[in-house]
Amino acid sequence: MRMTARSVSITFAGSGGAGVMTAGSMLLDAAGHAGWYAYMTRSSGAQIRGGEAAAMLRLSTAPVQSHDDHYDLLVAIDWQNVGRFSAEVPMTADGLVLGDPDGGEFPEQILAKGTRRADIPFKKIAKEIDGGRPNMIALGAVAALIGLPEEAVLKVVKDSLAKKGPAALAASEASVRAGAAFAASLPPSKRLAAATGGERQRLWSITGNEAAGLGAVRGGVRFVAAYPITPGTEVLEWLAPNLAKLGGALVQAEDELASVNQIIGASYGGTTSLTATSGPGLALMTESIGLAVASETPITIVNVMRGGPSTGIPVKSEQSDLNIALYGLHGDAPHLVVAPNSLADCAFSTQWAVHLADTLQTAAVVLSDQSLGQSRATIAPPADPGLRANRLRPEGELGDERYRRYRNTTSGVSPMAVPGMKGYQYTADGLEHTEVGTPSSQASDHSTQLDKRLRKLTAHDYGKYWADIDGEGEGDIAVITWGSTTGPVQEALERWRAAGKQGRMVSIRLLSPVRPEQLAAALEGVSRVLVVEQSHGAQFHRYLRAHYDLPGSVRAFHRPGPLPIRPDEIFRQLADWS
Amino acid sequence: MDATSTCPSYAARDYKSEVKPVWCPGCGDYSVLGALTKALAELSIPPENVALVSGIGCSSRLPAYTNVFGFHGVHGRALPIATGIKVSRPELTVIASGGDGDGFSIGGNHFMHACRRNVDMTYIVMDNEVYGMTKGQASPTTAPDWEKSKLTPQGTGINPFHPLVIALAAGANFIARGFSGDPNGTAQLITEAIRHPGFSFVQLLSPCVTFRPEQRDWKDAVHPAAVDPTDDPARAARRLMTDDGFNIGVLYRGNRQPFQPALKASVDSVADLEKEFVL
Repeated sequence: MRMTARSVSITFAGSGGAGVMTAGSMLLDAAGHAGWYAYMTRSSGAQIRGGEAAAMLRLSTAPVQSHDDHYDLLVAIDWQNVGRFSAEVPMTADGLVLGDPDGGEFPEQILAKGTRRADIPFKKIAKEIDGGRPNMIALGAVAALIGLPEEAVLKVVKDSLAKKGPAALAASEASVRAGAAFAASLPPSKRLAAATGGERQRLWSITGNEAAGLGAVRGGVRFVAAYPITPGTEVLEWLAPNLAKLGGALVQAEDELASVNQIIGASYGGTTSLTATSGPGLALMTESIGLAVASETPITIVNVMRGGPSTGIPVKSEQSDLNIALYGLHGDAPHLVVAPNSLADCAFSTQWAVHLADTLQTAAVVLSDQSLGQSRATIAPPADPGLRANRLRPEGELGDERYRRYRNTTSGVSPMAVPGMKGYQYTADGLEHTEVGTPSSQASDHSTQLDKRLRKLTAHDYGKYWADIDGEGEGDIAVITWGSTTGPVQEALERWRAAGKQGRMVSIRLLSPVRPEQLAAALEGVSRVLVVEQSHGAQFHRYLRAHYDLPGSVRAFHRPGPLPIRPDEIFRQLADWS
Repeated sequence: MDATSTCPSYAARDYKSEVKPVWCPGCGDYSVLGALTKALAELSIPPENVALVSGIGCSSRLPAYTNVFGFHGVHGRALPIATGIKVSRPELTVIASGGDGDGFSIGGNHFMHACRRNVDMTYIVMDNEVYGMTKGQASPTTAPDWEKSKLTPQGTGINPFHPLVIALAAGANFIARGFSGDPNGTAQLITEAIRHPGFSFVQLLSPCVTFRPEQRDWKDAVHPAAVDPTDDPARAARRLMTDDGFNIGVLYRGNRQPFQPALKASVDSVADLEKEFVL
């Protein structure tokens, strides 16, 4: 008796070159064609070629934002070093582990209590097909086991292999069919219900890093300076060809110091500009981010967080760059920190940050992370909210009046001229300055400009985007979280409600400036607050304590990467507190 | 270089601001400011079409003293800012300026890569072989036996950096050396540097009368280069490696293609890019 489920979790694993990622990507696309939502995270060692790799997928009939607690199916194309993934791929008790008996030593540690094991001779089956591929056999077997229509798989195979010629295509198609045929002899597995037809829309297949790039160009970014760093590079790699198509440019810089200063230059010239990096790069950029703040030159930095400190764990996720993003600048340098809370939200949050940076003439840091950035998902196409870079420009002739670039306006935002505007010449400066821009060390000038730079951020109306609230006004317990832990928190809350309980979630998108009144309103009637984050030092909890009044009693659930925070961990926190 | 044919004519004073320089009396940088404004007048580039970028230090104070669009950034980072401006706004005349510490020490990596990238801009370095703003420490171009700094009282013991040779090896397209005590000659060099396509590097010996008073003698040491500029890097290298450091004039004129992205759109809108995501 096969059981149908709302979601099913699968891992393809094997040595480098076994085609694990290809199989995973094709399963994700095929799921999308069948109308299912899919979410895939890649995991591999630091070696570029030849290391073990795993593609971890979750397929669901509903939109999916994060991984589940356990995996229902693990398929190893070979067993070389696959045991290293045992902590990352916890199996369910009724799960199924499949692998080639000729594929090396079987790693006992991946079997959970009760997990079933079955053999599938990939190499042998592949030999019987002219040009047969073990990873395509695995793909066919998995699709059959979980009830994914074969035509969806064959469509993806055709789309991606047609250019390799008819022989390669035929071999892969035969491999998929052979895998599906073998699956009939295997023990039953979890199946997904067929996606409902009718209102099915065309889904997108996108990574968080690509989504951030899309948000950037939607917001109006036309100049990007780039220095490669894992896991931020794919933002830049997506932008390089696409900016050129839009008449913009991406320049590869010599280091992160050059990157951030190039975008300051381009922005000063009037072009909306952005760069992307990760923790170590952000650390290098901090001095110049301060320059952007002091000279009121709009820039956006997408920081895709990874395990730190120092070089840390470049290929794994962690929410531990919060402190540097908030407090890493020298002097009093108010700026924007915005955090996407889902893979799809990387598009919106980046676009919003670009819009805010240009509107408020300051620096914006977008805090994404490896789990959002390097995961791929099938999602409903995110609508363009229409937020654009929208810089206040001076208008008309100045006459005899001197242009006051840093004029102390009511809003704190002063019209910003760009080179080429006759009569509006000024010198942008990181030295403290007068309204005209002349360097000054006078106390009155310093306090005026400090106040102005702070006021323009605190006085701005950020609307409803400051946070996402789930279950407004519901229950007396609230979970406050941010970024990529939002997905598992939401799922834990769904289970909490399914158990007949009540609760709400506040996922803060605008981390700086803080919104105390808004959070107080969101926590109306709350007597217990659970703070959830992925950092060893409880950075988010300390930040909340510093800037907000939290009602009632507060518990902090925090732990570092590299393992993702799972919904059941959060659910247990809630359950233990009742 | 940008076409300036339809421009009205300008005088040097049109490029000066009313801000009083912080420089010491007798500082060589006053003459550099004069030479730069003279060069811009000679080229008659409208002040609003010039962007002048600097880092930190005495000579980096230059932008505020001009009436062009200026950017006074952080220490060592003038060239990346200038690169960002020029690449995104190729119609502007972009000039970076600063000192030897700013340009060759903290900014050394940017200096090399700006030469290599060969964006059409001019980089003017006022070299006084000392950190003046921080009160007299050895810079990358200071002689190894200079003992007047409290930081290195026995001298640095390190050979000086050779900016012209580095610029040539890294790929700068125009290399010249001038002396601030010769404002007309300097104005001429800056004019040529701005006119020349690609990355033009001008080293200006500019005495620091406060911390290196002995540099007043430079006026007797400098001499015009005895040979015409070459476009052969090998010959230029030999000259630069063997000259006495006081050779004044254009020393190398290259013909490498400047770096400039096309900035030509091939799609109508962002929506056209979204097709790639559709399954």
